[in-house]
Amino acid sequence: MEPLSVTVTVNGQDHTADVEPRMHLGDFLRTVARKTGTHLGCEHGVCGACTVIVDGDAVRSCLMLAVQANGKSVTTIEGLASGTELHPVQQAFRDQHALQCGFCTPGMIVSLTAYLKKNPDADEAEIRKAISGNICRCTGYQGIVAAGLQAAKAMRTEG
Amino acid sequence: MKPAPFRYHDPATLDDVVGLLGTLEDAKLLAGGQSLVPMLNFRFAQPDHLIDLNGVSELFGVDDDGTCLRVGAMTRQSTLLDSQEVKQSLPVMAEALEWVGHFQTRSRGTIGGSLCNLDPAAELPVVALLYDAELGVRGADGSRQVPMSEWPLTFMMPSLAPEEVLSSIAFEYWQGAHGYAFTEFARRHGDFAIVAVGCLLAVGEGNITRAAIAVGGARETPYRLTQCEEALVGQPASSERFKAAAAIARQQEAMSDAYVSSAYRQRLVGVLTERALATAASRAGN
Amino acid sequence: MGVRYFGAKVLRSEDPRLVTGHGRYVDDIDLPGLLHAAFVRSEHAHARLRGIDTEAAKAMPGVHAVMTADDLGAAYADKPMVPVYPSPLVKQQILPTALAKNEVNYVGQPVVLVVAASRSLAEDAATRVVVDYEPLPAIVDCRKALDAGAPRAHGDSPNNLVAELANAFGDIAAAFADAPHIFACEFRQHRGGCHAMECRGVIASDDPYNDGLTVYTSTQAPYLVRKGLSRWLEDDENRVRVVAPDVGGGFGPKAGIYVEELVIPLAARILGRPVKWIEDRREHFTATNQQGDQWWSLEVATESDGKIRGVRGRVMCDSGAFVPYGLLLPFTTRNLLPGPYAVPALDVKLDVVFTNTTCNSPVRGAGRPNSAYAMERMIETVARELKLDTVEVRRRNFIGADQFPYQPGHKLPNGAPVTYDSGDFHGCLDKVLDLADFAGFKERQAAARREGRYIGIGVSSCIEDTGLLPFEGATVRVQPSGRVMIQTGAASQGQGHGTACAQIVADELGVEIEDIVYQSADTGTFPHGVGTVGSRIAVTLGTAVHGAAVGVRKKALALASMLLQTPEEELELEGGVARVKSAPGTAVALKDMAHQLAPLTGTPLPKGFSPGLESTSYDGPTGLAYASGSNIAEVEVDIGTGEVKVLRYSVAHDCGRMINPLLVEGQIIGGVVHGIGNALFERMHYDDGGQPLSTNYGEYLLPLATEMPRIDVTHQETPSPANPLGVKGAGEGGTMPAANAIIAAIEDALEPWGIVINDYPAEPQRICELLDAAGAPSSG
Repeated sequence: MEPLSVTVTVNGQDHTADVEPRMHLGDFLRTVARKTGTHLGCEHGVCGACTVIVDGDAVRSCLMLAVQANGKSVTTIEGLASGTELHPVQQAFRDQHALQCGFCTPGMIVSLTAYLKKNPDADEAEIRKAISGNICRCTGYQGIVAAGLQAAKAMRTEG
Repeated sequence: MKPAPFRYHDPATLDDVVGLLGTLEDAKLLAGGQSLVPMLNFRFAQPDHLIDLNGVSELFGVDDDGTCLRVGAMTRQSTLLDSQEVKQSLPVMAEALEWVGHFQTRSRGTIGGSLCNLDPAAELPVVALLYDAELGVRGADGSRQVPMSEWPLTFMMPSLAPEEVLSSIAFEYWQGAHGYAFTEFARRHGDFAIVAVGCLLAVGEGNITRAAIAVGGARETPYRLTQCEEALVGQPASSERFKAAAAIARQQEAMSDAYVSSAYRQRLVGVLTERALATAASRAGN
Repeated sequence: MGVRYFGAKVLRSEDPRLVTGHGRYVDDIDLPGLLHAAFVRSEHAHARLRGIDTEAAKAMPGVHAVMTADDLGAAYADKPMVPVYPSPLVKQQILPTALAKNEVNYVGQPVVLVVAASRSLAEDAATRVVVDYEPLPAIVDCRKALDAGAPRAHGDSPNNLVAELANAFGDIAAAFADAPHIFACEFRQHRGGCHAMECRGVIASDDPYNDGLTVYTSTQAPYLVRKGLSRWLEDDENRVRVVAPDVGGGFGPKAGIYVEELVIPLAARILGRPVKWIEDRREHFTATNQQGDQWWSLEVATESDGKIRGVRGRVMCDSGAFVPYGLLLPFTTRNLLPGPYAVPALDVKLDVVFTNTTCNSPVRGAGRPNSAYAMERMIETVARELKLDTVEVRRRNFIGADQFPYQPGHKLPNGAPVTYDSGDFHGCLDKVLDLADFAGFKERQAAARREGRYIGIGVSSCIEDTGLLPFEGATVRVQPSGRVMIQTGAASQGQGHGTACAQIVADELGVEIEDIVYQSADTGTFPHGVGTVGSRIAVTLGTAVHGAAVGVRKKALALASMLLQTPEEELELEGGVARVKSAPGTAVALKDMAHQLAPLTGTPLPKGFSPGLESTSYDGPTGLAYASGSNIAEVEVDIGTGEVKVLRYSVAHDCGRMINPLLVEGQIIGGVVHGIGNALFERMHYDDGGQPLSTNYGEYLLPLATEMPRIDVTHQETPSPANPLGVKGAGEGGTMPAANAIIAAIEDALEPWGIVINDYPAEPQRICELLDAAGAPSSG
């Protein structure tokens, strides 16, 4: 069917392309914006590997059409660090050995970043709930939870 | 897993939506997309046209007039979860929403989408049934109201004609002190329920004055335990009564599938009904 | 040179790029002119292919090719995959052709390849391919596979037998004859799929005039893929380059070769364009190998005090439709019996059979969890029947710490006697009992019962043979820049090999971790390798990296000795230089020596030295290194719903000397969660006709963070004498004992009703059915 013109701001940069309406946002980010850090693990909205932030909300990019993101602002994993300085969640993931193969990691980090921004005082149980929409097959989640707690503390401190 | 091709429509008003539904063959409405887009990705659904409701601002919003909460069909589940009006006046909905998917799906998922998708195990239809919610539907001929009890036609099919769109849902508050509970059994956090039970209970001087119990996941469509409700009204809010109600509930027939037997669903209905009643009763005094 | 990094919790060097989204997985790779592939896969478990009509598909927009087996060319149409796990014991070496020809043998088997300008367009065209199937009877339940008259998984084979294995030693007849007690136990073990978060994927690019064939594939074993592919194509191996980029999890099923890894390269060659195929999650459920069921029927003979006299029985192993992994899985199951126990006699037969289901492959643990579970079920059965404490039964039967090296009595397939190198099973058990506050449990259980809650505790022990033959290799090279490069063929899927190897090299050469770079898993840059499977890399690669680092150290000291005119014994490597111990200012930098060993035109090499401050080693262990451990799970069972909550989980693990405890714990905790998933959640449902039913993540349940407990880990180190570092593998030790820990804990919680579970996964519905049958109340 005819392509539609779509402009999405990704990590502060505009990307415009003619896309088929059936292209999902995840594929737009990976192939048009060429940000391959967002991964596709299931394409049916369960694994969370494709999580990105759209206008402040964490969403599953495989369940949103690229055309629906027209005019919206998207933050991906590549947009979290400030230059060479890692975002507290990214730093915490390293410090707490919260990743092994790294495939679920961008979705995990983005989910936690969005969640902790709105829930800075989250405890362990809440962090486990917050990541229950992200599947990891390597770590057993314990390191990720520890990273979430470390990042929450750091984000509270720096305000 | 890429969808089959479709034409995309982005209407701005409800009138536009109805107009499109009237002229397009083989069209599907796109609400939050959390149920529909996976179906598209799997090619289980292959509509020729997709009508996106996300740009129809009049479908969003929550309006509290003191006796009733009117919710636009496209209101996000996250909005409802964060809403003070919901916490205050429809606390069972707030409790139910904690069981609905994950925070990432709630930021897109809508109440209307859930009610139209009508998954047997979805939580929001159970809540709507508890309140005998009134569903506002718009078609080419104008609007009509459908009580929630008449909304589910059959498995995942509401009483919605092909050219109609759900526009709003009205929840009339239970006035006066009452207890509530929403509980479900799911294998993992955020999963669809195997069985879900919602309960509203008004207790006066130790006796039950009003009861509503709704069950999801046990049959193809959610249903009220009217026999239990009738048996409870006028009775003391005691654990023996709740046990008796649970025994009645457990006898209601339930569906079976490749994963879960009817006997097990029935057992869960009994267990969860008893627990929901106990919880609701403990909150009824407050 | 001091030990600074070995044994330390060094943060991973792999992480900075991965946490910023700069990993490079197969689907992230783009090549000029890339085309995209999709497959038409069999919808039947068993059917004859009467005809395939591709005309409508070929006419679809953006389509470059629609290929059936015949379209691959006469040389390849009928040519089955080359066996990469051959074994003389395989009676019917039936392997698939690249695309199905004449017959399909499992749902998901590739039949037609579509290549188009995009994946969407390829899928569109795939829906237009018309395949004329004639359904044939399918064998799905492996227990019936050897029955007279059973449907044959392959139409033209005489029966469904793949192999008959046995593990037999000691005098089993004597063990059972006069035994004071004999108990029987039957159970089904079900594992499901690996469900790495990254599905499989292959990109192939063929340039016959220049670089030859280049294949990027999400694999644990690039060298195995190269061998299988080059042999199948009859290409020179050095004209076939296979690269494993970042791989998003492997867990076993990515350690073989798949028909997609044959078809996609061939298609790239035929079309003269690079081709990419990325498996989607729906395909993964049937197209990626899984671990097939094992049905066990065992008897144990014991003394009155629970000391085991012998174990005998039979196992039926489901091998699926073909044998791409040969007998790897049944052998790893067989080799590990009788586990950590001093069993005088054993006689277990394993029948391996074909069924019309997805092919069998190792999944995290590779058959060893099955072996461990079987022995633990023996312990549980003995304890229950003799009314003994399960911990005491384990203690009485464990091999003693003073009995190593221990030979249980059987041989490996290569004829060598199985030898456990070192261990202290009693020690590990004591550690975990302490960690789990086992002593306080009875009190906790009584208190819970007073509140109407049912909690239980389960213990489980295991051993794990690690460091499988033949080898891995490593080159360590100090570059003129001063940075030290480690090159190896070993492939990572998240284990952190680069960090671990850097720790070994940094200590040996006196350099900083930050100055080390790691390259791996590319057959074009490193000549020989095997594969990452069965927790073998710490032992094999660790030994090789150590060997190569020692080689560099020796060369550096020899050259420095010459340059500084000082005997080697008086020199040390520290801070990136070789220096005189007693006069540290007198030094020569490693990078300067590297420079001297890489001279420019007209400059001679230092006398007696070969080029490069480098060394290559394929040093390997002298034998398998046996890791071991004991786990304890504490669970709560809701007798109303049958729900099992894992309250806490404790591990005492012995993997010899740990290179990096952070990495070890990550593997253990991840492995435990995988094991809990298998014990409680993961079930791959098939219907009676071999149709897979649970083919999405709503129906196939992977463990999530909310249902997983806190997992505490403590370590014991009994170094392995079989390799210079004393290390043992740690990749699967968390998974192996998990099932029994959970199942035994559930049984303990439900002990008031004498519930015995045995089969896993143990789902709430079944627990309720068992409770109902035992007359338990359902409210609560």
